[in-house]
Amino acid sequence: MFGSITTDMVLAILPEIALLVLIAVVFVTDLVVDEKRRGILAWTSIIGLLITMLLTAFFAQPGAEAETLWGGMLRHDWLAYVSKLIFLFGALITTVFTLNWDSVRFKGEFYVLLLTSTLGMTLMGASADLIMLFLSIETTSIPLYVLAGFLTDDDRSTEAGFKYLLFGAMTTAVMLYGFSLLYGFAGSTGLYEISAAIGAGQIPAAALAGAAVLVLVGFGFKVAMAPLHFWAPDVYEGAPTPITAFLSTASKAAGFVVLTRVMIAAFSSVQAEWQLMLAIAAVISMTLGNLVALSQTNIKRLLAYSSIAHAGYALLGVIAASELGAASVVYYFLVYVVTNMAAFGVVIVVSRVIGSDEIADYAGLSRRSPGLALVMLLAFLSLAGIPPLGGFIAKVLVFAAAVQAEFVWLAVIGVLNAIIGLYYYLIVLKVVYLTPGKDEQKALPTPRPQAVALVVSIVLLLLMGTVFAPWYQWALNSASALF
Amino acid sequence: MTPIQLVFLFVAFATLWAAFMVVTRNNLVHAALFLVIALFGVAVLFVMLEAGFLAVIQVLVYIGAIAILMIFAVMLTRGDVDDIPDITNRYAGWVGLVAVLFFSSLVILMAQWPSFTALAKPILSSRDTIVELGTALVSPNGYVIPFEVASVMLLAALIGALVVARPRKGK
Repeated sequence: MFGSITTDMVLAILPEIALLVLIAVVFVTDLVVDEKRRGILAWTSIIGLLITMLLTAFFAQPGAEAETLWGGMLRHDWLAYVSKLIFLFGALITTVFTLNWDSVRFKGEFYVLLLTSTLGMTLMGASADLIMLFLSIETTSIPLYVLAGFLTDDDRSTEAGFKYLLFGAMTTAVMLYGFSLLYGFAGSTGLYEISAAIGAGQIPAAALAGAAVLVLVGFGFKVAMAPLHFWAPDVYEGAPTPITAFLSTASKAAGFVVLTRVMIAAFSSVQAEWQLMLAIAAVISMTLGNLVALSQTNIKRLLAYSSIAHAGYALLGVIAASELGAASVVYYFLVYVVTNMAAFGVVIVVSRVIGSDEIADYAGLSRRSPGLALVMLLAFLSLAGIPPLGGFIAKVLVFAAAVQAEFVWLAVIGVLNAIIGLYYYLIVLKVVYLTPGKDEQKALPTPRPQAVALVVSIVLLLLMGTVFAPWYQWALNSASALF
Repeated sequence: MTPIQLVFLFVAFATLWAAFMVVTRNNLVHAALFLVIALFGVAVLFVMLEAGFLAVIQVLVYIGAIAILMIFAVMLTRGDVDDIPDITNRYAGWVGLVAVLFFSSLVILMAQWPSFTALAKPILSSRDTIVELGTALVSPNGYVIPFEVASVMLLAALIGALVVARPRKGK
């Protein structure tokens, strides 16, 4: 009855073990280090995350065949591997961007919560069981609720944290209800057993589709797709900006990995139904996100609506429910995490100096700091989907997946939306490059660690747009693990 | 109708009635006390399903800890334990309608499912369910990972609660 633990099993959870050790180290360091040297907390997290990334990249790489380990709880496949690297990268860059936030960088609990959330995400990427999935989603979300409201002296941050908590608790309850129905129908909590049980049993399709709706409520909240996007603008605006960056990249990517895996693995017998539901959600997300973004004056809210629209684009890949579709989702998030991290990085550096997130205050940025303006230009053009940046290839792939799966109308709506998107990204760039600002003579310095993080992001962004093959191979490997 | 079915009907109706009272009382303390009855009803249902361990946990955790905690929280956070005059808002009717529709569609859908009316397989009495549960929680081929992750999550929740609730310096 008691199985033994094999090397494969340990390697499959190597990132989680490393993260847990890192959490303990940061926690203890926070206790023993004196007031003046608390800066090492952030650096411990950065170095620890780098080591975790290297360990994951070199030792946790799965074989060609996907394995289900730990009693069916975790899946050791390429999708898990690539998504873990994405989340760890997101956490790493987020931590670098906290380095000049004095209100958080001396607090050990900030980094402990951030790392715990990352731990939850890495498990979300690998979960192959409803119980595991629920626990990992909660391990991701609970620290994020606190982190969004971390600045308890700031009313907007408190409001953000509370709003996120209420929406999150509500949607999680609905999702859990869906899980319980699914378990009741299939008699098993394993995603892959559920799929087999559904294939064999005579469960009415309408009941399964109903369970799919409930489950989609929870996932839709995590990825901020319409009509479950209401929390996003307020939370993005109020949360500390590094956390906003983390929410809009790693958290969203984690939601998409789970969405893709569960929909394809467990709900394959009601595929037409959930494709239709997600198609409606995608159209609303893209259109609403882009149209409302047009009238925003706050850069964080603008990026929030843009991220709702991007959830819509990425949904096209999920809807396709094909190997190309899944690969396009993975590619989309490889690019999107890097791009949005760069965009938010600029917002963080600028707002620390000018003390404002209003787009109008970005006037003259190109004269104050040509480097930051260039990063912003590249990141926004990538978000808009302009070649030769990564965003272009990502968009081409999701639209191609939609067309291949005979959802041509969705691809057309997507392309139209990309044009609307281009307009508001260019408006921001116009303010940055052309509008004269009031403090144009004052240079706007970028601290060195943040500069390194921005350069790394931009280089990756350019690589993903030009040297296409290795990344696409990753995405294809991940997709083939699902089918 | 067998005696066990009569007991089930009685417990089920008592649980539903108590649950209905929880959401309709104007007095928070009364609502919390009705919640205790509803939770106890669920514990009895667990006993009837031969899940004795879950029944004990239900009583210990939900009635023993959570319900009592709620009552204390109500008493400590409100200066007066007066009735709340109006607990509904203008959406109450719509929400009720959605709930009724949802429940009836669920019942209709379930009724089409052959397993819905199938009799449950009897649990073999030779297996000690508590031993199996304990083994499953720590077995590498069981639930050890969720078990450990739950502890990490609870630790994070504890730290998070401290971050949110701790008084600020200089205030």
